Amino acid sequence: MNVIVSLVLVAVACLVAIAGSAANLGFVFGVIIPYAAIALFLGGLVYRIVLWARSPVPFRIPTTSGQQKSLDFIPQNKWDSPFTGFQTFMRMLLEVLTFRSLFKNTNATLTEDKKLVYGSSKWLWAAGLAFHWSFLIIFLRHLRFFLEPVPCWVNLLGDIDGFLQIAVPVLYLTDLVAVAALTFLFLRRVVLPQVKYISLVSDYFSLFLLLTIAVTGVLMRYFIKTDLPAIKDLSLGLVTFNPIVPDGIGAIFWIHFFLVCVLLMYFPFSKLLHMAGVFMSPTRNLPNNSRAVRHINPWNPEVKKHSYEEYEEEFHELMDEAGLPLEKEYPKEEPEPAPTPAPAAPAPAPAAEVKKEEE
Amino acid sequence: MSENLPKQEELLNTMDHDPKGGEDWLKTKPEFKAGTWCYGASEKHAEYLGLPNPHKFQASDEDWGLPSDWKERILEGLDDRLKRFRSLFVFMDVCVRCGACADKCHYFLGSGDPKNMPVLRGELMRSVYRKHHTLGGKVLGKMAGARDLDLDVLKEWFYYYYQCTECRRCSVFCPYGIDTAEITMMARELLNEVGININWIVEPASNCFRTGNHLGIQPHTFKDNIEFAADDLKDIVGIDVNLPMNKKGAEVLFVVPSADYFAEPHYFAFMGYLAILHEIGLDYTFTSFASEGGNFGLFHSNELMKRLNAKIYGEAKRLGVKWILGGECGHMWRVLHQYMDTMNGPTDYMEKPKSPITGTVFENAASTKMIHITEFLADIVHHGKLKLDPSRNDHLKVTYHDSCNPARGMGLLDEPRYMIKASCNNFHEMPENTIREQTFCCGSGAGLGTDENMDMRLRGGFPRANAVKHVYEKHGVNRLACICAIDKATLSPLMEYWVPEVEVCGVCELVGNALVMEGETPRESDLRGEPFANLPDKAEEGDGAGGEEAEAVKEGTDHA
Repeated sequence: MNVIVSLVLVAVACLVAIAGSAANLGFVFGVIIPYAAIALFLGGLVYRIVLWARSPVPFRIPTTSGQQKSLDFIPQNKWDSPFTGFQTFMRMLLEVLTFRSLFKNTNATLTEDKKLVYGSSKWLWAAGLAFHWSFLIIFLRHLRFFLEPVPCWVNLLGDIDGFLQIAVPVLYLTDLVAVAALTFLFLRRVVLPQVKYISLVSDYFSLFLLLTIAVTGVLMRYFIKTDLPAIKDLSLGLVTFNPIVPDGIGAIFWIHFFLVCVLLMYFPFSKLLHMAGVFMSPTRNLPNNSRAVRHINPWNPEVKKHSYEEYEEEFHELMDEAGLPLEKEYPKEEPEPAPTPAPAAPAPAPAAEVKKEEE
Repeated sequence: MSENLPKQEELLNTMDHDPKGGEDWLKTKPEFKAGTWCYGASEKHAEYLGLPNPHKFQASDEDWGLPSDWKERILEGLDDRLKRFRSLFVFMDVCVRCGACADKCHYFLGSGDPKNMPVLRGELMRSVYRKHHTLGGKVLGKMAGARDLDLDVLKEWFYYYYQCTECRRCSVFCPYGIDTAEITMMARELLNEVGININWIVEPASNCFRTGNHLGIQPHTFKDNIEFAADDLKDIVGIDVNLPMNKKGAEVLFVVPSADYFAEPHYFAFMGYLAILHEIGLDYTFTSFASEGGNFGLFHSNELMKRLNAKIYGEAKRLGVKWILGGECGHMWRVLHQYMDTMNGPTDYMEKPKSPITGTVFENAASTKMIHITEFLADIVHHGKLKLDPSRNDHLKVTYHDSCNPARGMGLLDEPRYMIKASCNNFHEMPENTIREQTFCCGSGAGLGTDENMDMRLRGGFPRANAVKHVYEKHGVNRLACICAIDKATLSPLMEYWVPEVEVCGVCELVGNALVMEGETPRESDLRGEPFANLPDKAEEGDGAGGEEAEAVKEGTDHA
């Protein structure tokens, strides 16, 4: 059901673009919507990051995934239990560039003879990493549409991406990888019962949106010829704030372009925020040095504490009898009905440890 | 353990890890079956702590006695916490539901209940967050995975946030480090706002606030118990150990979980502490007020955690010690390592911990001024200042359970192993996916170690027990060592149920067994009174002593 809803949503977006193209609404789809999308994307993202950043980190709570730094003869696991700022930076770098935590993924299975076994499970990591890196390279390659002259590193990136020299125009490896990885990520959502159970409309929607963007891009490059110089005019016009809408750009481009705008607009309101959020996760971006360097909680609350004086006041007779030293002197009053009944004193506590004892 | 425990097959046959297709989790409701949930907090203890809306309630009741404005209170509380905890805010926004965490939770593995997948445990709160805090959720509702906070949702929160032991295993695997423990902590704080708490957390916390320890042990009993342990130790090693209590001017304050001097098998590790600290001649003191390192406030709210923790620095200051040593306890060390200094510091009245035995300065605790007993001892052993005879543990085949909090909230992994290896000849690790940072919870942490939820505890402890069974079958392991008081209390019945051949102990018990003390009488038995393996002809005699020893411990606890 969630799959169908998401599919319909993306289809509607495509139809909107086709309708816009047919109705000659080039200015709306080529100028107004892209500017609005960029504004919403940047504004929304910055707004969200500011909101997160305004919320303080009261405690230093890294998830330690390896040996802490303690004694000289016990080797510290620097990347999983960082102690210094640099080590923490490395942990974050490895996390962001290589998805290190996901790499640790395992798969638990209950065997026929009721044993839990844990297998390596790297497919999610591989597909996730493949998609994200491909997407980044595709994004950078697209700079050739937005910059004139095209910087040499953008061309070089394209050359490397197309090193296989297959087909005309040259096949970009990242196109292939991105579509394959997205397809895999979609399939696991509908095939694996656990992941299927947790998947929401928004999970499928993001995948379909990205997949459609990728597929329309591939179609334009290899199958449906589009007027590239015209598209470059359009994109250069946008980045130089001198927008023009050239004629003769096919519907397939408008679908591609509009869906990218939808993606940008959707981004700051969705789980896609993980792109920014990963940098702000207190379990990852803090060093495990809580005992060496005091962390400050800006709202450290005033709380009602129970002081030793109050404790001694209540128990001084028992302490005195037991020969425990007292801070104050107390007037001898006798005979006192021992031991003092306490205000909310529970009889010997029925905590589980005690129960264990009796069994 | 109670007699009417479910049969092993019964539990095993319901551990289905493939959720039903077509089921919509936004609509399903939890079933409050006996054995899966904990009793509500007693009015008396909630009142003593000054908690909001103290009242009697049981999850099985139709009416939970909520205040009429409960929904506003929770939503306002959520809003307030989003502004105070970046962790919560980011974790509400960034989950992509990739499912990497799904099969990492011991409760999910043991119960097969899909809402025990950490991702869904988080979604229980995220769905409400979306409805009330995001544009998409407000406009699109269910399509955006949003839902209103109604009574069923609240009951669901209670059910599942008290089926999370805050063990952080899911957080290790999450690509964004989303820590379900953080979400659970916030949920429990919010439930507390409307007077929904469990007794197994609130009662120990109330005891702890008043008497300094969870069990409500008063000062004279505290002293008796410790003296009793010293007597038992004397019966075995023939030495009177020093027992400094509330001593001003001692160099070191020693803080342990109260179960150590009260419950089995903690007690034997406690005897180990006494023997070791006497042997190295440390100038230390116990205190009857900071007579608990554990802190059930951690499982309730950050404010209560701070209130209960305050006495440790308070006593350190009052007694004028230079630094603090901490015993074997899991969640206690999460608090001491990641929270204490922030909450109740700074501690300029103390000095950097420096071992008087070796001269080592513990720079890693330069600010908090508190070190773990295995850090302290590993350094001493490394310098050859402790005489250990590992053959005294030859009757044991040991494996080590990393407790969640020292493993994933501290990174204390190799110090205890160093001590075990120095004290034992037979040590076998469990499979790598079940130890160190991937360790499995005992299934009863975070205040869930009570009796009424035993069904759930046995399920949650299954992944741990399964790994122990593996090394039992492969290497004949008969001893499960750990450094956590909750583990010692709860792994024992867990082993009894799943792997009855294996007993539980503290690391310092093993060290105490192996310790060669100056002037000791010829040792024949370990701290439990069980005969050493290398004294075959005296085995029978030792056995008898063991029986007496066990009796003595029982008496001691009854007395208390």
